[in-house]
Amino acid sequence: MKYILMMNTMKAGAGVPNWPKKDLQAHVAFMMRLNKELHDSGEFVLAEGLSFPDQAKLVRAGKDGLPITDGVFPEGKEFLAGFWIVDVDSPERAYAIAARASAAPGPGGAPLNMAIEVRQVPAGPPPEML
Amino acid sequence: MKYILLMTGTKAGVDGYRAWSKSDVERHFAHLHKLNKELTEAGELVANHGLAAPEQAKVVRAGQGGLPITDGVFPESKEFLLGYWLVDVDAPERAYEIAARLSAGPGPGGVSTNMPIEVREIMSGKSSEMQ
Amino acid sequence: MAAAKRMDTPLENRLRELAPQVLGVVVRRFRDFAAAEDAVQEALLAATVQWPREGVPDNPRAWLIQVAARRLMDHWRSEEARRRREELAASEASQLEPPVEAVQEAVPDDTLTLFFMCCHPSLTPSSAIALTLRAVGGLTTAEIANAFLVPEATMAQRISRAKASIKTSGVPFSLPTSQERAQRLRAVLHVLYLIFNEGYTSSAGPHLQRLELAQEAIRLTRCVHELLPNDAEVAGLLALMLLTDSRRAARTGPEGELIPLTKQDRNLWDRVEISEGIALLTEALGKGSIGPYQLQAAIAAVHDEAARTDNTDWPQILALYELLKRMSDNPMVMLNHAIAAAMVHGPSRGLELLKALDSDSRIAGHYRLDAVRGHLLEMAGDPEAAIAHYQHAAHGTTSLPERNYLITQVARLASRRDKEVTREDESATG
Repeated sequence: MKYILMMNTMKAGAGVPNWPKKDLQAHVAFMMRLNKELHDSGEFVLAEGLSFPDQAKLVRAGKDGLPITDGVFPEGKEFLAGFWIVDVDSPERAYAIAARASAAPGPGGAPLNMAIEVRQVPAGPPPEML
Repeated sequence: MKYILLMTGTKAGVDGYRAWSKSDVERHFAHLHKLNKELTEAGELVANHGLAAPEQAKVVRAGQGGLPITDGVFPESKEFLLGYWLVDVDAPERAYEIAARLSAGPGPGGVSTNMPIEVREIMSGKSSEMQ
Repeated sequence: MAAAKRMDTPLENRLRELAPQVLGVVVRRFRDFAAAEDAVQEALLAATVQWPREGVPDNPRAWLIQVAARRLMDHWRSEEARRRREELAASEASQLEPPVEAVQEAVPDDTLTLFFMCCHPSLTPSSAIALTLRAVGGLTTAEIANAFLVPEATMAQRISRAKASIKTSGVPFSLPTSQERAQRLRAVLHVLYLIFNEGYTSSAGPHLQRLELAQEAIRLTRCVHELLPNDAEVAGLLALMLLTDSRRAARTGPEGELIPLTKQDRNLWDRVEISEGIALLTEALGKGSIGPYQLQAAIAAVHDEAARTDNTDWPQILALYELLKRMSDNPMVMLNHAIAAAMVHGPSRGLELLKALDSDSRIAGHYRLDAVRGHLLEMAGDPEAAIAHYQHAAHGTTSLPERNYLITQVARLASRRDKEVTREDESATG
């Protein structure tokens, strides 16, 4: 079963972290280890980081179908910072992986305890749409 | 260059979908299906998924001993990801063009929903210098 | 879903060598590049299945040509619209299909012609890259898709469209005229450079099954060098690739972090590749038609020849960048020139040169400009300003390894500053 694990961020909090060097390195190493474990277990499908929210664009179709782009988002909007897609045997396994991601170390090596949103990725269109 | 195109909605909006007629739904999916086919033929589609209804969403944090603490309570107004497209294109303008096609998708009565599509560049694993 | 396997057994290497030779013969016989390319792909796949079971044929090239020819005719036969051409081809082909021993030799020019076709300037870089890797490199669609982290169906389409594009632009299967040749060759070298760059600069990461694109670029460039041994820029590009690739083991740390050239452990550099690169470069420079790839290779050679960072001949590098600037108005060259100028004349000279770039719309506000500025400001003894520019650069880059590197520089400078503040406080309080 495929799940998407999403790390969200508020625009205000998003940006280059201001931590000591070894804490930054520990964070990056943790994420690399997590991804390697998911590769080894065969559960890894995809993992991507997104560029910062201030680079985000909102696009609508204009009358002629051409894109109208702007960078204005509502205050308090949550932005996607990064995500994993995993292929697992049960929702509990997806939550366990999310808990691992949540525990990634931050400043001082303390777990960040980030909120990770977990959604199932269905194989076809959502059932209520059929 | 890889971009992610995000289609979001609120719980209220999703409830609204449930009121669409069968032909509205079919027309909407036909539009998306056609777009996906074009993107595949153009060699631009990397991935596309629609997500399960927000009722199923969980937020997980690490609890004691690394065990997950899950919570499924979300405010009515929270924006949920409904689906995403990952595309590999030659320029940002092309990503915006594709997003406009998504935005123009038909809703009830075949009228364009003109929904806003968020476009974000994906961080690349490549460095730019051959050091 | 299993990732495409890295194919590097002797059998697969042989098949890749044969691929462009076979394709050349089939295209010349049937005059349909797109269909021939598909047919040859099928023949290669058939070989990977059958030869391990039944043994490699006595004349592998002939086997591949015959299988590809049969596939191509089957393909034609099944197309309603091509019924007339099919009848004609069938009658011609039955005359053309000779016994194995009489199959015509591949013409070396065929491979060169294929390079020119696949790198035609009308194609986008990503199309040219995909088509070259398949038609000339003999790689499978799955391998190429895996290397570029896209689904196989997507890559298959990219290749089909590239071939259709070639058809509509009416590119003939022949070497370019002497008038077009310089431009067309530049296009080929550019594609090969892009493939190398893609391979070399991608982080090692968990993608252990990824094809070694950098190695593939080197192999293909060697091929062009063998076909055009007197072309100095071809040799220059090959030298540049070898001199750069020699540093591969030293460019990333244990956590995948980027290590700049000046901080790399030179014991990890591949001295054999460096020697080969320098020999190639020396020979090329002797031909007297200097070009940008030779200059970039020369710069790489100066770095690679220094036993330690302190031994780097920066004045030589600066002189080479000055020459390169005259040939190329690429703003990235100007950034590197500014760094070299700083190393020779001091950071304020470098910073002065960067000011000129602030009014160049191609690079003003670009994160690389911020990153270089940060580096020079640190050299100039202004860590606060350096921190600000590194932070700005970290925010603007879409490269994860670069972002991590820049954030780490901020952290390094900030902690040094904080230590100094602590020391000052301590000495003040006695």
